[in-house]
Amino acid sequence: MNALVPLPVLLPLCATGLSLAFGTRLARFQRFISVAVLSAVLCLSVILMIAVDRQGPLSVHLGDFAPPLGITLVADRLSGLMLTVSSAVTLSVLVYSLGQGMADRDKETPVAVFHPAYLILVAGVSLTFIAGDLVNLYVGFEIMLVASFVLLTLGGTGPRIRSGSTYVIISLFSSMLFLTAIAMTYAAAGTANFAQLAVRLPDLPLGVQTLVQAMLLTVFAIKAAVFPLAAWLPDSYPTAPAPVTAVFAGLLTKVGIYCMLRIETLLFPGNRLGDLLMAVALASMIVGILGAVAQTDLKRLFSFTLISHIGYMVFGIGLATREAYGGAIFYVAHHITVQTTLFLVAGLIERRGGTNELTRLGGLARSAPLLAVLFFLPAMNFAGIPPLSGFIGKLGLMRAGVADGSVWAWILVAGATVTSLLTLYVMAKIWNLAFWRTEPPGQTAYGTVLETADDSDSGDADTGPDRIPGTGDEGVGPAPAPAGRPVAATLQGQAVTTTIRPPAAMTAATAGAVVLGLAFTLLAGPLTAYTDRAAAELMERRPYVEEVLGR
Amino acid sequence: MTMSLSLLATAVVLCAVGGILMLSRPLTRILLGAVIAGNGINLLVLSSTGSAGAAPLLYGVPLRRITDPLPQAIALTAIVITLATTAFLLAMAYRSYQLTGTDEVHDDLEDRRIFLRAEVLGERAELREEYRAEPGRSRKDRARYRQEHRRLRARLRADRALQARGRDAGGDLWHDVLGADPEDYVNDKDDDRGAAG
Repeated sequence: MNALVPLPVLLPLCATGLSLAFGTRLARFQRFISVAVLSAVLCLSVILMIAVDRQGPLSVHLGDFAPPLGITLVADRLSGLMLTVSSAVTLSVLVYSLGQGMADRDKETPVAVFHPAYLILVAGVSLTFIAGDLVNLYVGFEIMLVASFVLLTLGGTGPRIRSGSTYVIISLFSSMLFLTAIAMTYAAAGTANFAQLAVRLPDLPLGVQTLVQAMLLTVFAIKAAVFPLAAWLPDSYPTAPAPVTAVFAGLLTKVGIYCMLRIETLLFPGNRLGDLLMAVALASMIVGILGAVAQTDLKRLFSFTLISHIGYMVFGIGLATREAYGGAIFYVAHHITVQTTLFLVAGLIERRGGTNELTRLGGLARSAPLLAVLFFLPAMNFAGIPPLSGFIGKLGLMRAGVADGSVWAWILVAGATVTSLLTLYVMAKIWNLAFWRTEPPGQTAYGTVLETADDSDSGDADTGPDRIPGTGDEGVGPAPAPAGRPVAATLQGQAVTTTIRPPAAMTAATAGAVVLGLAFTLLAGPLTAYTDRAAAELMERRPYVEEVLGR
Repeated sequence: MTMSLSLLATAVVLCAVGGILMLSRPLTRILLGAVIAGNGINLLVLSSTGSAGAAPLLYGVPLRRITDPLPQAIALTAIVITLATTAFLLAMAYRSYQLTGTDEVHDDLEDRRIFLRAEVLGERAELREEYRAEPGRSRKDRARYRQEHRRLRARLRADRALQARGRDAGGDLWHDVLGADPEDYVNDKDDDRGAAG
């Protein structure tokens, strides 16, 4: 069984080589490789999850070097669950992007680069989940980051380069901070291995411990986009292609949360910085959701809700009881799925309605009923309407908060409730604007040009307050377009998507992600039991340490 | 544990220089800053070995006297990773230069949009005041007014073209936040949305 542990990393990496070798000539073969490998990783992850649940953590010392020197990979219940959810999500996003790539012209979306980069991203994410020491975690982060740089600036258009540079610089900075933290840890404890650190750190002076903890938490808070360190996220995510944004929003931030969970339980038990974590969790929730309330661009809006809901997980980590950790782990699984689904739906809406700007959308419930259903279910799930998994996750966290009973916990419970209501408000706003109301006059018709580079005033009937044609506000009248003809247009050399029926693969992948989100409700009993066991294992620490260091 | 002061001092200086460079706008400077700060941090990693010893070889050197090889391995990994990110940043700086003629990192989208909007709306309100205050409106005045108006709109349009698909909101705060119905659009043609927004 132990031999299975490195495979979620190895398989995508090997497939990347194949993908690069055949990419430009055999595009179909490349697609086949990606789908096959990610399906295999999903199967493996499920097997791993069941195995670690039955017989405790599994570990591999690569090259058979003993812990302080060699690379250690460990899978326990938490990493098993994370691997399973992440590979399920990456698979569905891959199918979605295949559908999109086949419908758009493949030459313009450089699929030859997309597939290898995507596989490397998956490998990096998997590596962070099973890394058994800080250095390996750092390497996993870097693999993931370099792949994400490529994906975020796919095609190299102006806006993507601009927003990508913010992301790259922030990532570089956090990597440097991480490396400094590793150096400090090594200088203080003489090892970077998690299991050995868990044994040695408690002997160090309190100041040193707190310093290392604060450094690591800062690094992971940047990755997870916790409020004061989250300004980069809504700026850099929305410009990327829809599937890329979806997988980033779903996975990359949650990698940060996973690392916080890991170090808070394994390396620094006792919850010394709990109050601080709860304060930033509260700020994250409130500021994030208020940002979402103010937005009208769908992708930006979802980016803000992402920041807001990261707060729930940090809340669970800050409480640091078994129930809270269990709730946080459940919430991570739920949130990865739902947030990804919402971004996928945003991509579908953009294709159907021609824009992500809510003020220009409308009437989708009538013209695209399936899309409406696909949005409605995850939206209600996200807001936490009772039978769905969002409610179960929030309930778990709030129960843990009430059971804790401290002042901070009560404040957080109140904050979480308010955030939840505001999320419902935001989702209702999207529903009303994009789906329920009748189409605004500016709505692009089915199969028309969405935007042209035409900058003339001709045909602008808007007279404005002074009754002179061409001096009013713009964007009210319909765009000048050849009547009803589907035309592929470009704006400053950038291809403009026309409103055509979304390919079946895109809809199917989104539906699959929606169903996965609903499955969390259906399997809530076994899943909460599993997350509870995972939390118990995290709190106990002994199984992990014994597995790595030998009994 | 003893530490080499010279190593530490060099690391501090490099990190400081790199940090200052990273705070500037051009991507090439940020790139240089990242490289320098990265080297400084690698020195920090190396300095965590403690005092220097013999080369970490397996045979011929007593185990007690060799330097700790692990930080060297960590530093080596970090160097390789820095190489990769440096290559990427260089490519990005060049691409940015190709596209915009400069490799500066531009402002946050929202910030710029809010600033530009406020500026254009302010100018337009001023223009309108001026136009209305004039007693006799000749044909020439009208033409000039229209031209000025067009110039302001062109600015907003240019901004919009810059940000690929991120479109501008309507300008009416009430409608942008709560959403407007088609009837509102019809009714709204009469009142002054520009000044209200």
